[in-house]
Amino acid sequence: MNASIEKQRHLIDFTLASLARRKTKNLGLLLVYTLLVFVLASVSLYTHALRQEAARVLERSPEIILQRMVAGRHDLIPPGYLERIGRIRGVQTIEGRLWGYYYDPVVKANYTFMAPAAEAVRPGTLTVGPAVARSRGLAPGNTISFRAYSGKLFAFTVAGVLPHASELVSADLVLMGEADFRAFFDYPAGHHTDIALSVANPLEVRTVAAKLAAALPDSRPILREEVLRTYASVFDWREGIVLALLSAAIFAFAILAWEKASGLSAEEKREIGILKAIGWETGDVIKMKLWEGGLVSLTAFLAGFVAAYLQVFRLGAPLFEPVLKGWAVLYPRFELVPAIDGLQVATLFFFTVFPYMAAVLVPIWRTAITDPDSAMRS
Amino acid sequence: MKLRPSSLAFVALGLAAAGFAATFLDAAWLRSRDAPQLAERGALAARLGLTDLALFTEARYTRHPSQADLHSAFQDHPVALEHFPTGSLLPPPAALIAHHERLDRKTAASD
Repeated sequence: MNASIEKQRHLIDFTLASLARRKTKNLGLLLVYTLLVFVLASVSLYTHALRQEAARVLERSPEIILQRMVAGRHDLIPPGYLERIGRIRGVQTIEGRLWGYYYDPVVKANYTFMAPAAEAVRPGTLTVGPAVARSRGLAPGNTISFRAYSGKLFAFTVAGVLPHASELVSADLVLMGEADFRAFFDYPAGHHTDIALSVANPLEVRTVAAKLAAALPDSRPILREEVLRTYASVFDWREGIVLALLSAAIFAFAILAWEKASGLSAEEKREIGILKAIGWETGDVIKMKLWEGGLVSLTAFLAGFVAAYLQVFRLGAPLFEPVLKGWAVLYPRFELVPAIDGLQVATLFFFTVFPYMAAVLVPIWRTAITDPDSAMRS
Repeated sequence: MKLRPSSLAFVALGLAAAGFAATFLDAAWLRSRDAPQLAERGALAARLGLTDLALFTEARYTRHPSQADLHSAFQDHPVALEHFPTGSLLPPPAALIAHHERLDRKTAASD
């Protein structure tokens, strides 16, 4: 046992000495390899964390949102719809929602105005999202006025600012009382923007949605799982775009690694010939090269992954954030909660370490089985 | 005593592997540290019935992608060019990638 370990250690000593003879070339390869793993790991860690964040935050959003469509466009829910839905079996709670958009020409940004049913906002006051408070310099007690779409000017007192921790979902929110909302947007009495429904049995959500679509043919039910799928796809799409942009670099590395690993230089061929001539077996030569490939690829993988983790979760992902997060005038400030997917790491390992090992093995095996004399002469 | 190159290599690899393992521990620690904030975000979304992240606020189909018309973002006409920068980073219209349930096929109502 000890003898075999000692033999492997000698092989590693020899491999490292052989790598050190072509120091610049091998260090260059290791650096580029580490950079490639770093880039790929950064993109996958960042998008996975974003996807997880969206899924966790929205997992308690309404099970079904019912919109009314008129000529293919989202329209207001007229009075009577809530009562008609109430008769559908399986529906637990029904809530007409009131929300809309307001363009603020001062900061050239859109706000989402909302009259929440669950939260009492006193008439004449507002609760604003953290990004709105930041961009307009608002604090509780301040007064702010907005010109409604009707042309009338409305003044409100800021009653509070939503907590910074919730900024990812509340950055641009402006919460107001129902009466203020209806007056500001000239909303017809009894009308709602859409309807939020909760269903008693989660297995019945699709059945209830189908019943809704049948009972109200002009409606469009949106399920919570569709919302979650939408976000998964948004970040998948962004990850894909970044990877597509990086694909040129990935292919360039693949060519470099393949060329380095598979195209043995005359010097390397001579070295193998000499080793075989002094009594090394084919198996020993292959083992030596396997150690070489393993050490280079494992070091690159581990160093690249650790650097990617630090960049994404400890330094705030300065390299990929603008592309992966997107941007807006009112952009939420948030720190991603780390989420590492074991399968994703395993996939990255498989696609970065194994191809290199394979590229190392094949030409070595071919050279190692040739006659030492011809290997040295070639 | 002079260290053999293989010993140095194992020490370096061991350190890298320890760093790799530390990322998982660090992630678990950060997750537990940030759990209350995450819960607060989820609670607000549940309380107000929010359906979307406030990431892209410039248009209704980017502010609320999950609530947008089925043919957003090309909503003005089928070959309309995108108006907003984030639109170019959003996926193609939902109808092309079928995120939405085909509930119409389950209903008994005639077209």
